[in-house]
Amino acid sequence: MSDSAQTPHTDEVETEATDRQPDEPESESHVEPVETGADAVVAALKNADVDHLFGVQGGAIMPVYDALYSESDMTHVTMAHEQGAVHAADAYGIVTGDPGVCMATSGPGATNLVTGIADASMDSDPLIALTGQVPTDLVGNDAFQETDTIGVTQPITKYNRFASHADEVGDDVATAFALADEGRQGPTLVDLPKDVTQPETDVEPGRPETPDTYNPPEKADEDAVDEAADVISAAEKPVILAGGGVIKANASDELRAFAKEHEIPVLATMPGTGAFDQTHELSMGIAGMHGTGYANMAITLTDCMLAVGTRFDDRLTGDVETFAPDADIVHVDIDPAEVSKNVEADYPLLGDAKAVVDQLGNAMTDSPEADLWREQCQTWKDEYPLDYEMPEDRPLKPQYIVEQFDETMPDDTIVTAGVGQHQMWAWQYWTWTEPRTWVTSHGLGTMGYGFPAAIGAKLAAPDKEVIAFEGDGSFLMTSQELSVAVRENLDITIVILNNEAVGMVRQWQDGFYEGRRMASEYPWVPEFDKLAEAYGARGFRLEDYDEVDDVIEAALTYDGPAVVDAIIDPEENVYPMVPSGGDNSLFALSEADLDEI
Amino acid sequence: MRPEGRRNEDGIRIDPEAEAKHEPRRAVLSALVEHQPGVLAEVSGLFSRRQFNIESLTVGTIVNERRARMTIVIEETRPGIQQAKKQLRKLVPVVSVRELAQDSVQRELVIVKVNGEEPDKVHAITEMYGGETLDAGPRTITVEITGNEQQVDDAIDAYEQFGIREIVRTGYASLSRGEQQTAAVEHDTNVTADTEVPADDD
Repeated sequence: MSDSAQTPHTDEVETEATDRQPDEPESESHVEPVETGADAVVAALKNADVDHLFGVQGGAIMPVYDALYSESDMTHVTMAHEQGAVHAADAYGIVTGDPGVCMATSGPGATNLVTGIADASMDSDPLIALTGQVPTDLVGNDAFQETDTIGVTQPITKYNRFASHADEVGDDVATAFALADEGRQGPTLVDLPKDVTQPETDVEPGRPETPDTYNPPEKADEDAVDEAADVISAAEKPVILAGGGVIKANASDELRAFAKEHEIPVLATMPGTGAFDQTHELSMGIAGMHGTGYANMAITLTDCMLAVGTRFDDRLTGDVETFAPDADIVHVDIDPAEVSKNVEADYPLLGDAKAVVDQLGNAMTDSPEADLWREQCQTWKDEYPLDYEMPEDRPLKPQYIVEQFDETMPDDTIVTAGVGQHQMWAWQYWTWTEPRTWVTSHGLGTMGYGFPAAIGAKLAAPDKEVIAFEGDGSFLMTSQELSVAVRENLDITIVILNNEAVGMVRQWQDGFYEGRRMASEYPWVPEFDKLAEAYGARGFRLEDYDEVDDVIEAALTYDGPAVVDAIIDPEENVYPMVPSGGDNSLFALSEADLDEI
Repeated sequence: MRPEGRRNEDGIRIDPEAEAKHEPRRAVLSALVEHQPGVLAEVSGLFSRRQFNIESLTVGTIVNERRARMTIVIEETRPGIQQAKKQLRKLVPVVSVRELAQDSVQRELVIVKVNGEEPDKVHAITEMYGGETLDAGPRTITVEITGNEQQVDDAIDAYEQFGIREIVRTGYASLSRGEQQTAAVEHDTNVTADTEVPADDD
């Protein structure tokens, strides 16, 4: 993102150097000259102010790890699996705003990163992957652990590069780092053949810089801004749709100020959750397939939508033919290719969200007269609140567990989640007030994301509380990273909403496949509390309502990774629900409703 | 309460009474790219994974040896063409993209191998289309024709009567007319958002 707060990496390094006391011995790594290609890779990362690396060792990447051996400014976190490394780095990038760094060897190391790179690509997360590669004279010969990593990752990276010379490899990494960070953020990859990192070179890499042909828009065209501001001023039923780009561009403050000044109701997409404060009366909550009913009414009936940093994903729009059909759409985006890709923008404003929302604020002459509309929105909020039935006794309702943790934990707690029903309950029932606190897999829908993401998030923000919501199916996919959480003594809480099923699939089977529960029920999952204890973490089993408070307190108090295996109602489903490709205003609040839609 | 408006499947608001569907049309895109390994794979991969209907793609070096020019012919609806241009421009090694007007200078080379039983007739057609005979034997005659889409298609039709044994086409190479640069490098992305018109129509 072209956020000036992130660019002066270089200043920080210099300040550090001048602040050092004269008698204090200079840390050796600062003066260590580049001697090999691998040194240049490490130097490029240091130039970019990288603190943490997440990775797994292996043959072809060994020279780079060797160069890290005497490195004291960066911490390498060895993960149990490369997928854990890439998700941790991804979350690190989401929380800090700067690219997270992951490393893996060639072949299986690189292919194990693929899911996480694709995830970062879908969510525009800043990430750089460094992969080892067999020596260039073996490339193309099907050598041991050779995979065409560049070919495999081409469709899922913003940019990738096969490093071909030791003298240039440092700059290759610097360029990839800058490209991951600037403009619309995304994953980049540099493939590092062993005979490029191993040989000698004394070429120091430059500062992270994008190629001069890379020119993301910064400010929107002033005339276009004026025109859009007039349309918003004249609206009778305006809404703001806050997308993930608001958070990526650090534009939450500007968006909040704009919404409050002009009293425009705000809806959030899933990645945009946290951009606006949900406790504010203008918040209309979350929109889309499992969004709130009131949000989906407002999004359908609005006559003017200011959409900021969103790509109008199908999980948000449902059927585009019924999506906000009365609305003039003002679309703010840094990526021209997102404009009119899925939904036509009547007023496209290309630029960085922070700058453009600011421009819009200056261009507004009047606030829209929308008292009636705000009343209508409030009526919908009263009419369609998020709701679930609370039984007298077990089984536990997952929504209740989310609510109880939400009440106990501070507002700036970072919440991660895997993918499935547990993710939707966490999204729906947590109270979101801060940006960069909701860390999950949005576009790709990667089960297993939540727990390794919590590891990355905790290392990115050690002073914040971190909680991971996982499902039993989702957690099984990356649970081996418990070894890392224990080794690093990370104070994170993992809550498994355990319904012994891949519940979202089970829900769809019940709703759309006449209840044929093929391969979706998991009565064979382990006892997760005992699994946690086996790794050296604390484990808790939670089954009854009267245990909830005590278990929450014990898990949060424990100084280290704690796993709460919460045995929930296996038949509980996620509602509201707009069936795939449906009309957002026709949402089901129960399975019976689904039949009627 | 129900909305009054309507959108079509492209997400474009339409008159609820009359549905306007976009018809696909042929568009010639010219892209200036960095001349480096993998760019062709990157561009062709983009077109296939986003399901843009590609008719031909040619690539070759230009005066500036660090760059190359690609000419890509696609058959798409208007929103599809706009999207293809923007996605193409987004690739980091792609420096600029322009859609060429229908009257831009376009040429394709085709080599046709026909049965050689009637050499005089084959020769007459080759003459008529300004082509050249590359190889002639008792059984086959191989000719080269260069021209725009219409000329090449007409020539191929004319050769059909002899029986075409094999054919190869290069795909289109194209430049805009007059002094206009074919794929001018735009530094202001705002200009190229969605309103960009074909090069010669400015």
